[in-house]
Amino acid sequence: MKVDNSLPLEYSTEENNLKILGFWIFIGAEIMLFATLFTAYFTLENRTGNGPTGADIFEITPVLIETILLLTSSFTIGLAIHAMRLNKKKATMGFFIVTLILGAAFLGVEIYEFTHYVHVGAGLQTSAFTAALLTTLGTHGLHVTLGFFWGLFILIQIKKRGLTPETANKSFIFSLYWHFLDIIWIFIFSFIYLKGMM
Amino acid sequence: MDFFDRFAVPHPSFLIYASMVGIGLTMLAIVVGITYFKKWGYLWREWITTVDHKRIGIMYLLSALLMLFRGGVDAIMMRYQLSMPENTFLDSQHYNEVFSTHGVVMILFMAMPFIIFFFNYLVPLQIGARDVAFPRLNALSFWLFFMGMGLFNISFIVGGSPDAGWTSYFPLAGNEFSTSVGTNYYMIAIQIAGIGTLMTGINFITTILKMRAPGMKLMKMPMFTWSAFIANVIIVFAFPVLTVLLAMGTMDRLFGTNFFTTDNGGMDMLWANLFWVWGHPEVYILILPAFGLYSEIISTFARRNLYGYKSMVASMVVISLLSFFVWAHHFFTMGQGPLANSIFSITTMAIAVPTGVKIFNWLFTLWKGKIEFTTPMLYSMLFIPLFTLGGVTGVMLAMSAADYQYHNTMFLVAHFHNVIIPGVVYAMLAGLTFYWPKIFGFMLNERLGKWTAWLLSVGFVLAFIPMYITGLDGQARRMYTYSESTGFSAMNMVSFIGAAIMAIAFALLVYNIYYSIRYSPRNIGNDPWDARSLEWATHTPVPEYNFAITPQVESTQPFWDSKKNGHELFKGEIEKIHMPNNSGLPFIMSCIFFVFGFAMIFSIWPLAIITLIGILACLAYRSFEKDHGRYISVEEIKETETRLRGAKK
Repeated sequence: MKVDNSLPLEYSTEENNLKILGFWIFIGAEIMLFATLFTAYFTLENRTGNGPTGADIFEITPVLIETILLLTSSFTIGLAIHAMRLNKKKATMGFFIVTLILGAAFLGVEIYEFTHYVHVGAGLQTSAFTAALLTTLGTHGLHVTLGFFWGLFILIQIKKRGLTPETANKSFIFSLYWHFLDIIWIFIFSFIYLKGMM
Repeated sequence: MDFFDRFAVPHPSFLIYASMVGIGLTMLAIVVGITYFKKWGYLWREWITTVDHKRIGIMYLLSALLMLFRGGVDAIMMRYQLSMPENTFLDSQHYNEVFSTHGVVMILFMAMPFIIFFFNYLVPLQIGARDVAFPRLNALSFWLFFMGMGLFNISFIVGGSPDAGWTSYFPLAGNEFSTSVGTNYYMIAIQIAGIGTLMTGINFITTILKMRAPGMKLMKMPMFTWSAFIANVIIVFAFPVLTVLLAMGTMDRLFGTNFFTTDNGGMDMLWANLFWVWGHPEVYILILPAFGLYSEIISTFARRNLYGYKSMVASMVVISLLSFFVWAHHFFTMGQGPLANSIFSITTMAIAVPTGVKIFNWLFTLWKGKIEFTTPMLYSMLFIPLFTLGGVTGVMLAMSAADYQYHNTMFLVAHFHNVIIPGVVYAMLAGLTFYWPKIFGFMLNERLGKWTAWLLSVGFVLAFIPMYITGLDGQARRMYTYSESTGFSAMNMVSFIGAAIMAIAFALLVYNIYYSIRYSPRNIGNDPWDARSLEWATHTPVPEYNFAITPQVESTQPFWDSKKNGHELFKGEIEKIHMPNNSGLPFIMSCIFFVFGFAMIFSIWPLAIITLIGILACLAYRSFEKDHGRYISVEEIKETETRLRGAKK
């Protein structure tokens, strides 16, 4: 394993370089995945059958809380990577922990939101609109959930193994993933919630 | 429904019972055979846990050949059923299942693994790399594909096959009209295999972008590697659409959502649109690597550089872009209006332009070439006129007004077989014959090979040209029988005879492999065809590390230049080589995926949850695993090199 010390730790080996490029391509595939979900959502947006419309069920408060939580977590994972570049293990771990707590809080609010929808009669089976809505939100939520556990495992590895080329590489890729989920959320916020409430 | 009733085949017939017994006996024979010869350990160490791109490629090849015969049997059954009016060989339900599975098996479980076999085996060798970028991900891709394939195939004997066509259009594929678990199999088996394919796409883009030998600029890559690169880009952009589509279809069938139903706001045309947004690019995922293989073979046996290298690359890029803008030509007659029809008509016809550029490039390569008629070259020569015929009928179909006559007739069936058999299947057979000596160390018999190519072509023409005629006459596709008065019977009988000749040709291919294993000479050297690109510069059989010294590249055919123009390929000393370790994890995880898929198909929720946790546990285990591979020492490499150099003499 050749380590090139002139580069940041996460880029310092050939394997690390490959992994970062591979992950960017994976994000390309993820963009297509969410683009398809959005396409399906916009196609079915007004096909509400006997169920409620978006304007009937959307509530701004929980959505704003979710947005603030997730956007902040994207900032803190950025700080974690910055600390990692400065080789500060404790600070890196600290910002990782903050990020994961914010992610978990986001999921908590989203679970509340889903039970609320079911409660007001907008379940998965109600109409094509609700199915598309819950599937799109659910897919994003599932990504955050997987990301939470993934981040947790990386955190444990940083604690046990320190900031090595390997853990730095994993952390950096995780941060790309986390930022990506944030960007998707901005689209969900703008084009599903705000558009639906207008 | 009673728990066990679900596993019974809903429409059993003598044929299905007979195949159940046949499959059971074959499985038993394989298990007993492996145990008797004590090969389980060998199988586990050398194949199941392997991360070597060459071995994974060979496993893809075996799967593809197996499925070629399964899909072929489906085809013969269909042609026999239609060869006579009022035939009662298959009933309507069985016929529906046969044509649905024939389509899925041939496209997704035969053609796809066949091209991925070529990606796996050739791309790292052609670019002078040691392996793919992510060897273990590659193993996972294969095993996921394999488990998806297995799951799809057991539908035949457990619970019933899909019966809504390979396109599975809703509302026909919904619970209301497809009551058996067949369509569940379709949704979930293809999903599992599709995830594997998506990861292959990511893997090969990274490999081609990052792992090329020094000096190999993008515009110096061999044409097959270019075609593989573009096909993999299409995979990464098209397969996520399939993932979402199948997930939504699964939810409609299992959880009662209303994406594609016709009530509560569901929209059946959304399925058709999204299916073809994936499905049309899929056609080009198959055909572009086939074009790449033809380019390699034609330039090798015309003994000339490929004519118009840059225009070949440009035309592939244009085709890959256009492939995403033509999907709506699959439903000209479903009421999308004249404006949409016109736009999709024009984009569809536009694809003929870059494809025509490629055809002319091949013709110009042949012109003034010193042509050698080997078996791979024969396939390529037969490909050009036959494929062009298919292309021309494609342009006929692209005229949306005329499509009201062709729509859903045998004319369409004839057209797409006319592009996909000479285009893809011939390329696969040509490539297989061409690369067989590199892979297995002996040549396939040329005489038998040429017989196969000619028989296949005669059979092909007899089987599919009559379909154009009956199609224009109004014979609908997917119709399981017809009456004497339609006058279709003579042409359909010719078709059946053609199909039977094709079956004989494939049997001859098997005999050729058997014959060549027994009688072909083994002292053929590393470069039996006098070929041009890097894969021929290494030993036969290819050592685990591919190249002892990384080759230096200066042109598009470095090996040819090293033979004829004194270009030095291998400079420098042998150094220790880093290789990845074998791993059982991809196989184990895919097996859990198989059980998960099965549980989902039959709605066995507790098992589904347990296996899902199992899959996540595998991912977690992988996250914590520390595995940096191993090194092959200089002495070991030198020893292997001397042994292999001795072997070829």
